[in-house]
Amino acid sequence: MIRLRNLHKSYPMGSGSLHVLKGIDLDLGRGELVSIMGASGSGKSTLMNVVGLLDRFDEGEYRLDGVDMSALTETQAARYRGQFVGFVFQSFHLIPFKTAVENVALPLFYQGVPRRERNRRAAEFLEQVGLSDRAHHLPKEMSGGQQQRVAIARALAAQPKVLLADEPTGALDSVTSREVMEVLQGIQEQGVTVLIITHEHDIAEMTDRIVHLVDGRIVEDYPTARAGGSQARPQPAAAAGGEARA
Amino acid sequence: MIDRDTWGEIVEIASRNKLRTALTGFAVAWGIFMLVVLLGSGNGLAHGIEHQFRDDAINSIWVSSGRTSMPYKGLQPGRQVRMTNDDYDEVITRVPGVEHASARFWIFGNQQVTYRGETGSFTIRAVHPGHRILERTKVIEGRFLNELDLAEYRKVAVIGTVVEDSLFGEASGVGKEIAINKISFLVVGVFDDDGSEREKELIYLPISTAQRTFNGQNRVSQILYTTGDASLAASRAMAGETREILAVNHTFDPEDMRALFVNNNVENFQRFVAMMSAIRGFVWVVGVGTLIAGVVGVSNIMLVAVRERTREIGVRKALGATPGSIVRLVLAESVSITAVAGYLGLIAGVGVLEGMSALLPEESSFFRNPEVDLGVAVSATVLLILAGALAGFFPARRAAAIRPVEALRDE
Repeated sequence: MIRLRNLHKSYPMGSGSLHVLKGIDLDLGRGELVSIMGASGSGKSTLMNVVGLLDRFDEGEYRLDGVDMSALTETQAARYRGQFVGFVFQSFHLIPFKTAVENVALPLFYQGVPRRERNRRAAEFLEQVGLSDRAHHLPKEMSGGQQQRVAIARALAAQPKVLLADEPTGALDSVTSREVMEVLQGIQEQGVTVLIITHEHDIAEMTDRIVHLVDGRIVEDYPTARAGGSQARPQPAAAAGGEARA
Repeated sequence: MIDRDTWGEIVEIASRNKLRTALTGFAVAWGIFMLVVLLGSGNGLAHGIEHQFRDDAINSIWVSSGRTSMPYKGLQPGRQVRMTNDDYDEVITRVPGVEHASARFWIFGNQQVTYRGETGSFTIRAVHPGHRILERTKVIEGRFLNELDLAEYRKVAVIGTVVEDSLFGEASGVGKEIAINKISFLVVGVFDDDGSEREKELIYLPISTAQRTFNGQNRVSQILYTTGDASLAASRAMAGETREILAVNHTFDPEDMRALFVNNNVENFQRFVAMMSAIRGFVWVVGVGTLIAGVVGVSNIMLVAVRERTREIGVRKALGATPGSIVRLVLAESVSITAVAGYLGLIAGVGVLEGMSALLPEESSFFRNPEVDLGVAVSATVLLILAGALAGFFPARRAAAIRPVEALRDE
């Protein structure tokens, strides 16, 4: 589904530039649930922005569902984003003056789906995350866990192929975190590729595969126990010698 | 371009900041209100002045004689200049460009006019046939005077509507004999005039007949002629030429402005037209200036709104909003605020003008019918939409340039 080859990205910084991604190679299959871990500044957010077409990359290759994603115009990027990618954010980012169902219907609006159909589908997705009874509530009238579930429903509304979640449980307590993770696992079963950024080990363990990022490079990439992998972590070739993990 | 959902959002956003929206809208409404009221007042002024010109040919030159005020060729000042038929003939043949011409012979005081026991007192104006064009006389029944009436010294008269009403009541006056100072005249026509009531109380007689009948000899009180499509300069030359001819005939200094009064309506009208276009230009500058102040206000508010909504716009982009759709959203909001507010201002302005119109006295001559025509309303509307688009342009560009990565960064 996602194929990255030797991906580089740097930001201009004063006179020089900050090299954030230093050659990422990554393949994610259909219906994989993968978490990306790494310290702050390791490039995991940048990687997610590039994969989510929110940001450009400088060098390398990125194919999403077989389509080359290099050198897109802003409008093209917006189209692919709407079509392929759903986002879930740490602080939910629901639009505060829209009700739950209106928030969920918004991506469909940008896809040009007619109003009636949009509302029908939005209601369906809300039901899927168990919030039918909150459809006409504003975000401020809901708990954090509920808001995040609305955000997930919104990310799913346009039926994306990839769902990107940036610290989806960062603002939630452990019980609701677990609930949200279960929702995400349910999505994976529908064949959507889910990519989660997290720094919490127990969250990462609820995914199938963990990718460790250090200083703009992938240093580890191994399946978790959930996917039937052993707890023994194979060392990736790129980072021979191993690295200490917290 | 603006569908129901975009509308919904605009209404939602505008009503979330009611006071701010209202204040912004007020600035625009005020701008358009001022523009409309100023333009309408300008039109009122223009109508008032046009009203002054309404019953006379605009392209005309009017000559009347006075008394000399300068010594000339050994002659003392203070001599009365008396124009004659010869002067009239010479002026209309020698001055180049004369189109329609007439002289006037005044018979002093009102005359007793009688028809079968009905009597009235009316002013007599003795003229040439060309007078009809010069005074914009409208013959509504019968005919006006013609050359044959003059050549044959016919005792015919063309009477005003007021005269007809008072002498004949409901009946037509054409073909009836009336007595003016006990001399019998045949009514050949009835006329109406856009000028004041007094113009309709006149009786026109052939100048030749009147000079003979009322002991006028060959005296002429006024000479008037139209200048065709002569330019301002050409009309000035014609006025000068007229003055020269009469100065020679009556031996007075051509520089003596009191000896002969030459009133060039072309010049007057031109002056009026120039003044009106200056006023109109001024009004547009002031009105548009006020409007621009309003537009800058809208633009500012939109910039603030875009800044406030940075995160929301970032979310929209992450959800697949194209830069174009963001630009449309901001522009639509800006255009709607300006259009709605401006429209209210337009209505208020028109209302004020209508009120002014209703309160003005009927016979007010310098300020009449302050109104805005369709053209002004259309240009104001176009201006509004352009203004709204302009006000939204920079904020929209800023909104479209918002990078979702930065907008969505968690603090």
